[in-house]
Amino acid sequence: MPSKPPIISLKSVHKYFGTYHALRNINLDVEEGQKIVVCGPSGSGKSTMIRCVNGLEQHDEGDITVNGHMMTTDEKTGNLIRQEVGMVFQSFNLFPHMKVIENLMMAQRMVRKKTKAEARDTGMKLLERVGISAQADKFPGQLSGGQQQRVAIARALCMNPKVMLFDEPTSALDPEMISEVLEVMTELAREGMTMICVTHEMGFARSVADRIVFMDEGEIVEAGEPETFFANPEHNRTRKFLDQIISH
Amino acid sequence: MTFDGSLIIDSLPRLMDGLWITLRLYVLALTCGTTLAIALVLMRISSKKYLSWPVMGYIYFFRGTPILVQLFIIYYGLPQLEFIRTGPLWTFFREPFFCAWFALTLNVAAYTAEIFRGGILGVNSGLVEASKALGMTYTQTFRKVTAPIAFKLSLPAYSNEMISVLKATALASTVTIFDVTGVARKIVAETFAPYEIFLSAAIIYLVLAWVIQNGVRHLERRISRYAN
Repeated sequence: MPSKPPIISLKSVHKYFGTYHALRNINLDVEEGQKIVVCGPSGSGKSTMIRCVNGLEQHDEGDITVNGHMMTTDEKTGNLIRQEVGMVFQSFNLFPHMKVIENLMMAQRMVRKKTKAEARDTGMKLLERVGISAQADKFPGQLSGGQQQRVAIARALCMNPKVMLFDEPTSALDPEMISEVLEVMTELAREGMTMICVTHEMGFARSVADRIVFMDEGEIVEAGEPETFFANPEHNRTRKFLDQIISH
Repeated sequence: MTFDGSLIIDSLPRLMDGLWITLRLYVLALTCGTTLAIALVLMRISSKKYLSWPVMGYIYFFRGTPILVQLFIIYYGLPQLEFIRTGPLWTFFREPFFCAWFALTLNVAAYTAEIFRGGILGVNSGLVEASKALGMTYTQTFRKVTAPIAFKLSLPAYSNEMISVLKATALASTVTIFDVTGVARKIVAETFAPYEIFLSAAIIYLVLAWVIQNGVRHLERRISRYAN
């Protein structure tokens, strides 16, 4: 099979916070359309890794290539990459001073230079897709956590990204709101979006992921397809982690 | 002690003339100072030291010295400099009103720049990241996300500053300006009735402060209905 170059590629990536070695020799290729779930104990570098992919954190060594662009410290390059990469945060980070629909329109207007009508149109379509078009004229603070996170997903999708990064999107949610967000993410995966999700939702990982990446202490301990990953983890550390999160 | 009410009524027209001067000085100093503060805070938060350091020095000086002393330096001190007295700037600096406006403006700018900086530091960094992650540039993010939220966060402290400046305008009376306080002093000198006249002046300031406070409260309520 003739292989296209991976849409995301991390090669020998290292990252330090002061003297703390946060990422150790990370190598990861993501093909277009692939869904990667990243898991691991807290402090293992999962978030740091995906934040390096869109340049919210700058890596210190190695190469990160996204959609054909090599990430540099140059703001312009970083921006170019970020325009094609959507990101969803644990704490939603909706703009509190703007209505929901304005949250969705801002970057379309400023970055994509769309007209107000076009931006609103795209925004409304995406709100419909995540099932909250009725809330378009409310402020984020008036919505539930689950609704806010769905708005955040719609906001990222407005830019028509080639890749979506999810940084623990359900960790700040009340239990009863987790499923509505996971449903939207599953639907997105089904439509063929390339995704990297940092999450502890192992049910989601099992049903959606092409590959599960397990990280610990800044390195990728192992990566594999869900069946083998859950049934037959190679490393002790992985087994221990899975025992801990599944035993409850 | 007797209280002469008719004295107040008689001096009202002159106090109103003073009010007009006070208001002009106040509005001019506040608007110009706030505008200057925006420029200063942008320099202050810059990572370039040649922009941020001069502003730090400026703020340090104006916060660390009494406005009265600054006013005297400008009004009495500057004319001693040859190039001020003989140069084109003399048209301005010979005017007491200009000197008072100048001193107050520089003061408002220094304090307000610090207030705005506090607001900017208070903006949740996650929002800035979210904007950046959408491909917005630093400038776009500042305009659309940081500045509006920072302004809202700055309002309580800024309204304090608005009241302070109102009261500071009274210092203008020390350089021959007949603002409310200046007029009051003059009437007192003529009538020897400090109680009635200064009380009237105080009430005028109180009313103005009340208007400002309520205006800001109204604005605060309007812009923070849902914004957290």
